Amino acid sequence: MTPVLQAESVAKVYGSGQASVRAVDDVSFEIRPGEFVALVGPSGSGKTTMLAMLAGLLTPTEGSILIGGERLSQMSESRRTRFRRRSIGFAFQSNNLVPYLTARENVELMLRLNNRLNRQSKERAADLLARLGLDDRMGSYPSQLSGGQQQRVAIARALIHEPNLVLADEPTASLDTERAYQVVRTFAELIHEQQRAGIIVTHDLRMCRYVDRVISMMDGHVNRIIDDRVEIDALAAFSEESFSAQ
Amino acid sequence: MPLYLAIKEVLQNKGRFFLICLIVALITTLVLFIAALAEGLAAANKEYIENLTGELIVFQENVELSFPSSRIGRSTVNEIRRVKGVADVGQVSFASGALVFEQVSPEGVIIPTTATPQPPLDVTLVGVEPGRPGEPAVLSGASLGRSRSDGVIIDANVALRRGIQLGDMITIKTTQGTSEEFYELMVVGMADKLQFQFLPSIFIPYTTWEKVRPKANNSVETDELVSNVAVVKLADPSQWRQMALRLEEQVGKIEVVDRVTAYKASPGYAAQQSTLDTQRYFTLFIGILVIGGFFQIQTLQKVAQIGMLKAIGASNTVVVISAIAQIILVNCLGVLIGGLGSYLLQLSFPVEIPVIFTGRSVGTAIISLLLIGPISGLVSLRSLLKVEPLTALGLAQ
Repeated sequence: MTPVLQAESVAKVYGSGQASVRAVDDVSFEIRPGEFVALVGPSGSGKTTMLAMLAGLLTPTEGSILIGGERLSQMSESRRTRFRRRSIGFAFQSNNLVPYLTARENVELMLRLNNRLNRQSKERAADLLARLGLDDRMGSYPSQLSGGQQQRVAIARALIHEPNLVLADEPTASLDTERAYQVVRTFAELIHEQQRAGIIVTHDLRMCRYVDRVISMMDGHVNRIIDDRVEIDALAAFSEESFSAQ
Repeated sequence: MPLYLAIKEVLQNKGRFFLICLIVALITTLVLFIAALAEGLAAANKEYIENLTGELIVFQENVELSFPSSRIGRSTVNEIRRVKGVADVGQVSFASGALVFEQVSPEGVIIPTTATPQPPLDVTLVGVEPGRPGEPAVLSGASLGRSRSDGVIIDANVALRRGIQLGDMITIKTTQGTSEEFYELMVVGMADKLQFQFLPSIFIPYTTWEKVRPKANNSVETDELVSNVAVVKLADPSQWRQMALRLEEQVGKIEVVDRVTAYKASPGYAAQQSTLDTQRYFTLFIGILVIGGFFQIQTLQKVAQIGMLKAIGASNTVVVISAIAQIILVNCLGVLIGGLGSYLLQLSFPVEIPVIFTGRSVGTAIISLLLIGPISGLVSLRSLLKVEPLTALGLAQ
């Protein structure tokens, strides 16, 4: 199966000369449709910088990134913005939703931006929100929703326009354990169902139980890739025990 | 799409945007009233001149277009009348006097002429030739009769406020030498828009005016009829420029100008108008700063949100148009509220306050106020463009 995302020897250097910092160094991996990957690592390991490059928000200093066969570095700024709008879904850690739009309008925003808002797509947005357990909160504004509900709306928004790649930056950071599990589980289910390629950046290894592969980063390098189910579950279980012991 | 975001945000934050609308409304009211005041004061200065039936006004040369300094004799008027293209000429003179509502009897007793005592009213006594340019068209009653008659035309506003009616006798007080003299004149006609240099006017036939006007003891007596200016009515009003030159060439020692030049040369007219214009532009400038400042602050508060919108693929165009559309919307609403408010407010103003809303001045003010929106938008434009989508990931520098 053709990979949705290909990162080839990607590096990002900040500054120049002796003061330069290699935030990301020689990172390569591929993600195929229907695959949900966790990008994990401690703070400063380069995972968010990597995510920004995958989204076309930052240009790699070296290497290249291809999404659906298209090379991001060869696109103009405006084409990259258009590409991001059409082919990438985003969920962030905070400031995820537009405060003056309802849950439903926030999801429909991606359809509006892509000029794809019609009766069918509106129904799809409502169905997706219902699927995420928000059928009675569609008319609520973000300030009227809990953190978990807001993240679920953000997930619906990231998926509604049928992007090739869905990126989530620490979407569970402000949630309690139960809500965090619920959010990531639903996210994983939808990625698998809709055959999208998904990447979740997290430092919470417990969330790994729902992913298909774990890419661990340390000091800008990929130090380990775990794609064995048993190993991933063991990693998640170990992390859960560590949390429980605290 | 941009309009959708702009309107949604306004509707969701009605209170905040209403306050901004209110500020725009107050600025609108201020600008409209300054414009109306400018118009009102200008009218008080020039009304009579502006509404003259003649196109050109003839002054004596080298008097800097000063009405009181200028002297035009009968012989000059006759020369003017002979110039080809001149339809008619009328001599006009100005003097000051007071309309009084009491009389002093030969025995020195003060007798009120109205049922209730009223303070005297300063007026301009305008001497005109009956039936010639310079005599105003009457709203009611009759035009002036013979030049020796004591029938006069008065300002309809004065008549209304002081309870004077057609056929009434009015008393004019002027100073002759060192003593005050009272003259009884009859109101034969009423006309409006007759103020000259901030005073209401009373139009008196020329010979009667000569008798009534204040005189010093040592007045130079001349054989001919001398007026301050002459008003010329042209056969073809569109030829006024050429005719002004022709008159100056063919008749000596005169300066000929159109009505606008004449009133603009009035003392203080330019200074007064430029003061009011400065106030008007300054208020507009404050408006731009206030509205621009508000939206700049709002932009700075929304950096994270704008970053998120850009990260999910909203272009700079969408973000910028949305913000500017919002400013224009709020501004237009403010101008509308302010315009309606001003209209209602001026209904409650007493007639003495010289505010006049003319289509032109209101139109100019409204257009300038509507421009506040887009100009203010430019203030926050740079900030909007500077917001990086990386902000959404907390990576923006």
